Amino acid sequence: MRLTRRDALAVLAGLGITGGALGLSTLDPTAADGDGSSGDRDPAETDLLATMTAAAEVVYPSQVTGVGEFVETYVTGRSRDASRQAAMETVVSELDEIARDWHGAPFADLAADDRDDLLRELGVADSEPVPEGNVSERVRFYVVNELLYAFYASPTGGRLVGIENPIGHAGGTDSYQRAAMDGGQSDVNAGENDG
Amino acid sequence: MADERARAPVADADVCIVGAGPAGGIVAHRLAESGQNVVVLEAGPRFDGDRREQLEAHVRPGLDGPWEMGGPRDAFSSSGESFYPLNAARVKGVGGTTLHWQGMVMRLHERDFELDSRHGVGADWPLDYDDLKPYYAEAERELGVAGAMDNPYAPPRDDPFPMTAFPPSHSDSIFAEACERLGLDMHSVPSARNAEPYDGRSPCVGYGTCKPVCPSGAKYTAESHVEKAEAAGARVIDRARVRRLEHDESGERVVAAAYTTPDGETHRQAADQFVVACGGVETVRLLLLSESDRHPNGLANSSGVLGRYFMDHLFAGMGGRLDRPTRQNHVGFNTSECHQFYDDTEPVNGVKLEFLNYAGPSPVIDALHADTWGDELLEQLDESYGTHISMGALVEQLPRADNYVGLDRETTDDLGDPVPEVHWSIDDQTKTALSRANEVQASVLDELGVDVEWTVGPDNTGPAFHHMGTARMGDDPDSSVVDAECRTHDVRNLWIAGSSVFPTGGAMNPTLTIAALAVRLASSLRARLS
Ligand SMILES: Cc1cc2nc3c(=O)[nH]c(=O)nc-3n(C[C@H](O)[C@H](O)[C@H](O)COP(=O)(O)OP(=O)(O)OC[C@H]3O[C@@H](n4cnc5c(N)ncnc54)[C@H](O)[C@@H]3O)c2cc1C
Ligand code: SF4
Repeated sequence: MRLTRRDALAVLAGLGITGGALGLSTLDPTAADGDGSSGDRDPAETDLLATMTAAAEVVYPSQVTGVGEFVETYVTGRSRDASRQAAMETVVSELDEIARDWHGAPFADLAADDRDDLLRELGVADSEPVPEGNVSERVRFYVVNELLYAFYASPTGGRLVGIENPIGHAGGTDSYQRAAMDGGQSDVNAGENDG
Repeated sequence: MADERARAPVADADVCIVGAGPAGGIVAHRLAESGQNVVVLEAGPRFDGDRREQLEAHVRPGLDGPWEMGGPRDAFSSSGESFYPLNAARVKGVGGTTLHWQGMVMRLHERDFELDSRHGVGADWPLDYDDLKPYYAEAERELGVAGAMDNPYAPPRDDPFPMTAFPPSHSDSIFAEACERLGLDMHSVPSARNAEPYDGRSPCVGYGTCKPVCPSGAKYTAESHVEKAEAAGARVIDRARVRRLEHDESGERVVAAAYTTPDGETHRQAADQFVVACGGVETVRLLLLSESDRHPNGLANSSGVLGRYFMDHLFAGMGGRLDRPTRQNHVGFNTSECHQFYDDTEPVNGVKLEFLNYAGPSPVIDALHADTWGDELLEQLDESYGTHISMGALVEQLPRADNYVGLDRETTDDLGDPVPEVHWSIDDQTKTALSRANEVQASVLDELGVDVEWTVGPDNTGPAFHHMGTARMGDDPDSSVVDAECRTHDVRNLWIAGSSVFPTGGAMNPTLTIAALAVRLASSLRARLS
């Protein structure tokens, strides 16, 4: 099952974040592999994208592909809100520090199993998401729940659990009438059809 | 500073309206349009901007509720046998509780206006369905209602709905099989929600979060009436908490509303006429707080019934799992209901049945609360989503003098004013009606072969958040607070808009009736001014 940039744009549209710049930055071929190596980003932003992508690889079901492009588009969109970006960068750098302490390398450089273990050992799975909380609570809020929201509110993520029009996605008024999921592509423009 | 000047009183106001929910908003719009100088004082803020912040606050755990309810401003106490969760049941802000509401809008049935004379229970209204019928039609146009003339139990109507109904859901079609075999009728739900562009607002685009927030603007909120009122010249002052209504020496006319703004200043707004539209609880509180030598039991309370006969609708529900996809949680509103038992006499309480389109959990919300992720989470969601099916019902509670809204003089809010006390319990007759609703629900679910997992009935019911009855309408000043025009018997220039005035509440969500009475009140008031 492949996540696309369109999925990320659909979730962002639901959150009121729309506009060509999102598409453009992620069309940059150096950014499209999602490893955060894109030319003119500042280092904190590069770390943010790399760490979020590395976290998504363990937070998302293993059958999912296209994670890099999806996360990059989504996080870039979310970063339009400077205070959210700052909060995400702070928690991501704390997570990196812990990864260095415990495993001797930044979070994104750890093996997937180690990333998963680290998050669980940090208590993130059982933590409440609290934006102003301790580090585990903030990792839950700004990393894990941010990524889970992006995934399960997207048409492709929703489809994986049987709903092509999940809550938060402006997927129109046909799907509720249908007996089964249609086979179609997600409609990325649906969220802009409002007044 | 500029901000605070904007909260200064308006000179030469004809009408001062307290509260900017649908009741106050509609009256304000009507009167401003007809050339009156209108000022609206609203305790809560304007929620500007798009609704995405509220969407996120609703979906994502860890954020404050979308409408900032529950702080010291909103303190209350609950006495009586049943706890009343008041702050889940209202919103303070421009738009009032419609910011959060669901938007189902039905007319009361004819019998609801004559329960006493027909069945010897409750009370008669001083007007009947025919009196209200044209105002119901206007109210449907005001709110923008999508509906169909497919309900044989609904009261007679002259015109079609302003918009065609939303088509039934897939899950309605599952219910339809069982209902057909059981001889149960299903009809569309009138919805204050755009099925097509209407009144400058978007059609529904399927966010699925109607309650508590519609990011597309498809769901009606009273913000649209407030905006129209302002466009017609009304002044709307937000964060202006009215704490007392002051009267003249005779006690027969209100002369000013005293309100406090966020800077702590208290201002006095003078006007010729005053309309209190603060919702079923705060309306009473304001009148009780305005007690004086002339009105020792509270303003306009010579009858002693102000605050009494508090009613809500009770929820009954049942749900479980089927062995096939039920396609829930795509949209946040229902498309089918059943009024077949509404006019029954055994029990006499009205019962309205609902077929839910939002049974069971939503995967995205479940995921955000889960204690795992990755493949394990996917397995959990696969198991939790897809086959839930549920029915709901609203059940009528008859008016009883010992259910009341009063003042808790021991507890004060952040301005030092006594908080409202909601004293509420659920009587046995209402419980019998809840059991009856459960019985019908069980028969439908059983016919479908549903594995029932939960029931909400007489022992664990809760309120539907419709505050009614606290300033009842009647012809007799000794047993009612307002007359059929919604003007108080005791104070000549004081009017009450909202469900406080309902002598009985039926089992229909109240807001269409609130809107119809508001339209009617506006024309009576206009007639007095001219
Ligand atoms: C979760 C939920 C779902 C609902 N769903 C439905 C539904 O599907 N159908 C339906 O018909 N109804 C529904 N309702 C009820 C509906 O929202 C109310 O009936 C309706 O909003 C009442 O309108 P109103 O104008 O009388 O009061 P409100 O909308 O409550 O507005 C009153 C306003 O007065 C202001 N105010 C209060 N005190 C003061 C003061 N002292 N000074 C200044 N301002 C003051 C408040 O801040 C508020 O903004 C629902 C309610 C809830 C909570
Ligand atoms: S489903 Fe509800 S929240 Fe979504 S657009 Fe329609 S009315 Fe609004």
